[in-house]
Amino acid sequence: MAVRDYLRERFMPHIWCPGCGNGIVMNNLIRAIEELGWNKNDIVMVTGIGCSARISGYLDFHTLHTIHGRALAFATGLKLARPELNVIVPMGDGDATAIGGNHLIHAARRNIDIAAIIMNNQIYGMTGGQYSPLSGYGAKATTAPYGNIDQAFDIVELAKASGATFVARTTTYHVKSMIEIFEKALTHKGFSVVEVLTQCPTYYGRKNKIGDAVDLMNYFKDRTVPIGSKKKEQDPSLIERGVFVDEQKPEYCSEYAKVIERASKG
Amino acid sequence: MVEKNIRFVQGNEACVEGALYAGLNFFAGYPITPSTEIAELLSLRLPQKGGKFIQMEDEIASMCAIVGASLTGLKAMTATSGPGFSLKQEAIGYAVMAEIPCVIVNVQRGGPSTGLPTKVSQGDIMQARWGTHGDHAIVALTASNHQDVFKITVEAFNIAETFRTPVILLFDEVVGHMREKLVIPEPGEIPLVERLRTSVPEGTDYHPYLPREDGRLPMSDFGGVHRYNVTGLMHDMWGFPTDNPKVAYGLMRHLIDKIEGHVQDMTHAKEFFLDDAECIFISYGSAARSALHVVENRRARGERLGLLELQTLWPFPADYVRERCEHAKYIIVVEMNMGQVLQEVRKAVDDPEKVFLANSIDGTFITPTKIRNILRVIQGKGV
Amino acid sequence: MKKKKEHRINREWCKGCGICVEFCPKEVLVLDEEGKVKVEHPDECISCGLCEMRCPDIAIELV
Repeated sequence: MAVRDYLRERFMPHIWCPGCGNGIVMNNLIRAIEELGWNKNDIVMVTGIGCSARISGYLDFHTLHTIHGRALAFATGLKLARPELNVIVPMGDGDATAIGGNHLIHAARRNIDIAAIIMNNQIYGMTGGQYSPLSGYGAKATTAPYGNIDQAFDIVELAKASGATFVARTTTYHVKSMIEIFEKALTHKGFSVVEVLTQCPTYYGRKNKIGDAVDLMNYFKDRTVPIGSKKKEQDPSLIERGVFVDEQKPEYCSEYAKVIERASKG
Repeated sequence: MVEKNIRFVQGNEACVEGALYAGLNFFAGYPITPSTEIAELLSLRLPQKGGKFIQMEDEIASMCAIVGASLTGLKAMTATSGPGFSLKQEAIGYAVMAEIPCVIVNVQRGGPSTGLPTKVSQGDIMQARWGTHGDHAIVALTASNHQDVFKITVEAFNIAETFRTPVILLFDEVVGHMREKLVIPEPGEIPLVERLRTSVPEGTDYHPYLPREDGRLPMSDFGGVHRYNVTGLMHDMWGFPTDNPKVAYGLMRHLIDKIEGHVQDMTHAKEFFLDDAECIFISYGSAARSALHVVENRRARGERLGLLELQTLWPFPADYVRERCEHAKYIIVVEMNMGQVLQEVRKAVDDPEKVFLANSIDGTFITPTKIRNILRVIQGKGV
Repeated sequence: MKKKKEHRINREWCKGCGICVEFCPKEVLVLDEEGKVKVEHPDECISCGLCEMRCPDIAIELV
């Protein structure tokens, strides 16, 4: 199938701004799914609220566009009810780590077989550029006119500490590795977290005087390095990308199947 | 054989039995007094029948999880109390908007805030009605004894499936924790409404939000052959977001009319000595037990008292209440709050001046003595 | 040798962000007077596919 076969074409062009990284994530998520050859009827996409959450409307899967921050909670119920379905939960950084932070760490702790994709553009885009838990100290935002004094989360460290059994980071510049990482995350049995550094040219780029989409992607190119790179030793401020965790641990739905077995024996 | 079906249980257990009888196969919850026994029991019972139980990280997540599960075709429920009920409100609104069948139990305790966690109250009647933001209709049911708790729980699932709506069960701490006899009906004794699924074949356009002529909306399970969108945004008949005023108006009317237009079908109530009653108590939940005690006691002395026990609180059966109270000289609403149902009764009857309140708001159960004392004041017999 | 592919551009979907133009290793693409992507030097194209993968608008297809 072609990429277009996964789209609900009547809603295109999408609502995202010119150069928005969310479109690149959607583009390559489709390519990963196409590569895996999954049947669209077996895929459920659950999203919350925000620019990134609108992805579910454009994709021809079973799509559940929910409320702010709670996508993983809806997805957990759905997955436990029908474990054979492939459940994908794309989220923004505010959706996933601020209002939805509790659900993120607990879904990871349970190791339920859901693929969480966090499009980290370091800002609240839909509401017009307020700082998020990923904006970082010193960032400018419409709610941080004097500079942000909040420290940022490290999504990879957060996911690792919470028990996610697949943790990776990529960027919208590194599209080929993005597809590979998506494929691994989608097929991983257990909770997987993929952080994609994503550009918001409209608010983050402009507010922080980094520039347009191209400038932001150049920033991802220049400021990230593969895991274990020598460059990182020389310049610790560089951000690592790649697969940080890929391990097997008991998965929640499989464990619940055992509970049912134990309970039925009486 | 018959003995097997007789139990001595808490109200919370009666609710669990009713839910299982109705076909519950998914529960998500979070520990909170005084509803916790419901979660505990279901963690034991659900896996025995292949059902799923999950203790979520918080109240909000529990509400969200049952919506997700319901979309795959399972009958789903959550249970909570005061503070938890507050937290669930946004997701309850989502279930209203997206028309997801599910059941929410609220075993009421004293509020506001943490309030009186182990004490009784009926303070969440209005929150059940208006807790989530925006105009909407809602269904809320209650009961005063365990046999009725069982029956009304089954009815909650039936209404949820029939009308594709969340249904709230407003029990209270006294009903939840009191122990009494429960006779579990045989399978088939109470009719069950199962999920109405679409007959639209694969490859044909399916409209998840296009009501049939009878107003019902056949569903398609997530994971099935029809891929569609579910959203909390205003949406068209395919479930896709729209801000078209015509479509928005149509959806608002549909969401409200499907409930308000079926008040009669959903009205459940019990009548005690109403026919010649000069004074009618209107009550519900555990408060109705004390009210009934007073009625029976005073009847023996020749006083023409009656009791109208409401089991459907929302949509409020205003016409029914007005009809039944037409000939009463005065009406006393007995409830454990500041008069939440009292307001509805005053709106419903021809003469609001004849409606009085007998209440309790201190966390203690409203006793027959307390009701009797208030009755004496109203009757002009002094304190 | 890789088979040469052709760009199929969806002008309705293209929002003219210029990402494909900027990152094309062979400078095959330009933005036209309407701000939409255009194939200026097709002979230079090595069919690497980066433009279609990096397009936020899913407006480029290599066939």
